Amino acid sequence: MNRRVVITGLGVAAPNGVGIPNFLEAIKNGISGIEFIQRLKDLNFSCQIGGVPKISEEKKREYFSELQLKNFNSSGILYGVIAGIDALNDAGISVNTNEPLWDLGIIFGAGTSGVEKFREAINQIDDGNVRRLGSTAVSQTMASGISAYLGGFTGAGNWVTTNSSACATGAESILMGYERISAGKAEQMLCGSTSDDGPYIWGAFDAIKVVPYKYNEDPTKACRPMSATAGGFAPGSGAGALVLESLESAEKRGSKIYGEVLGGFVNSGGQRGGGSMTAPNSNAVQKCISKALENSGVKASQIDYINGHLTATAKDALEIENWCEALGRKGNDFPYINSLKGMVGHCLAASGSIEAVSAVLQLYHGFVFSNINCEDLHPEIAKLIAPEKIPRKMITTELNIIAKASFGFGDVNVCVIFKKF
Amino acid sequence: MDQDTIYDKLQPIIKLYLPEDVDATTINRDSDLTRELNINSAHLVDIVLDIEDAFEIEFKNNDMEQLRTVNDTIAIIQQKISEKGE
Repeated sequence: MNRRVVITGLGVAAPNGVGIPNFLEAIKNGISGIEFIQRLKDLNFSCQIGGVPKISEEKKREYFSELQLKNFNSSGILYGVIAGIDALNDAGISVNTNEPLWDLGIIFGAGTSGVEKFREAINQIDDGNVRRLGSTAVSQTMASGISAYLGGFTGAGNWVTTNSSACATGAESILMGYERISAGKAEQMLCGSTSDDGPYIWGAFDAIKVVPYKYNEDPTKACRPMSATAGGFAPGSGAGALVLESLESAEKRGSKIYGEVLGGFVNSGGQRGGGSMTAPNSNAVQKCISKALENSGVKASQIDYINGHLTATAKDALEIENWCEALGRKGNDFPYINSLKGMVGHCLAASGSIEAVSAVLQLYHGFVFSNINCEDLHPEIAKLIAPEKIPRKMITTELNIIAKASFGFGDVNVCVIFKKF
Repeated sequence: MDQDTIYDKLQPIIKLYLPEDVDATTINRDSDLTRELNINSAHLVDIVLDIEDAFEIEFKNNDMEQLRTVNDTIAIIQQKISEKGE
């Protein structure tokens, strides 16, 4: 079985916009969601900025009951539930049923879950108060917390799980859902990923010096993908969600279709040949892109736009070089490319899904958002591709076939190919 | 503390844990917490923690085992308060 798979719903909780209309407006206007965070300063972080979705207490109550919010302290689950439920509503899938929805599954990834809740629990345990942890310390801190919460909210009765592959998590969830539907084992899959915010998630990145420390007074300028002055990624958080559906089911329901998932590929560089825990094996990255094209049945020349991983580190030029090699395209012949990270930072496990939502919105509405904070394009990148291919102002243009790639710690790679429907 | 005063303080604690389809007016002193009020058994743990905070007492594992109805709960609370006073 090899069925066609389309996207029928989107949801997002991003640092620069919660909900699709706000997020769309933000990316069209190059609005940054990066801000100064006092708590990081108080804790002696070098990088005192970050990206956190703005969610009011009223907004929380649109999704959660008072009881669910009691002792609730997992920002990742909050963001994931908002993005996931929004995507299902957008797709017009009703979840108010008594029977499980046997054809609806959930693959919602995370890096960790509920670190703030976990910290509370650790402090209580260390104080000899294990008996006072409460009933939700497990569900908020288990890695699959987000898929379990969404499962309860929706009644999904197909495959309900959480995947985890560092910064490749979000893109990976989309391919897992795609394969499930393509193989005829589900009709609808809610795919996405989420990441907690805060010092306990971001601290280790501060310690390994991959985040910028020079922009605490000018946070919106901090994250500079492809710039000559890129100094690391602003830490981010949030969640993105996509409803994938068999074309058959989407047409039967008369659903809006944002685009088609043509296919993709996942691989690993084996932490060999230049690859390591933290660096990619370039050969593997190129293979992943080539295999994604092959699996999708498209030629490299057909790619109109790339939504890059591009983390605003010294590795950006290497990523561009890998795209050039894999596609056999350079200079003026290279597709448009940008990175959302300039606006939202690196949302870690959530990056792939939030960025995929931004990619699908560009495909559907026909534009390429500005790659902000790149007035000073890196000279190594300028040697490889024409500067016009990296829009510094939003471009309105029809896109037909686009690629989204994410690369993660552990030397893992994902590339997904989308097509206009 | 008399039983009526305890009940007045206990009722809002229980109310928070009622499922959406159970009305707060159905709570009475004979109600079985899990069977009649349909409270998720995992939440009994949370109810006990809230009671401990509200009445400044501490439940033991065997107190938990005796917890079936609202009246059971009131009796345990009353006993704990009087033990504390001694």
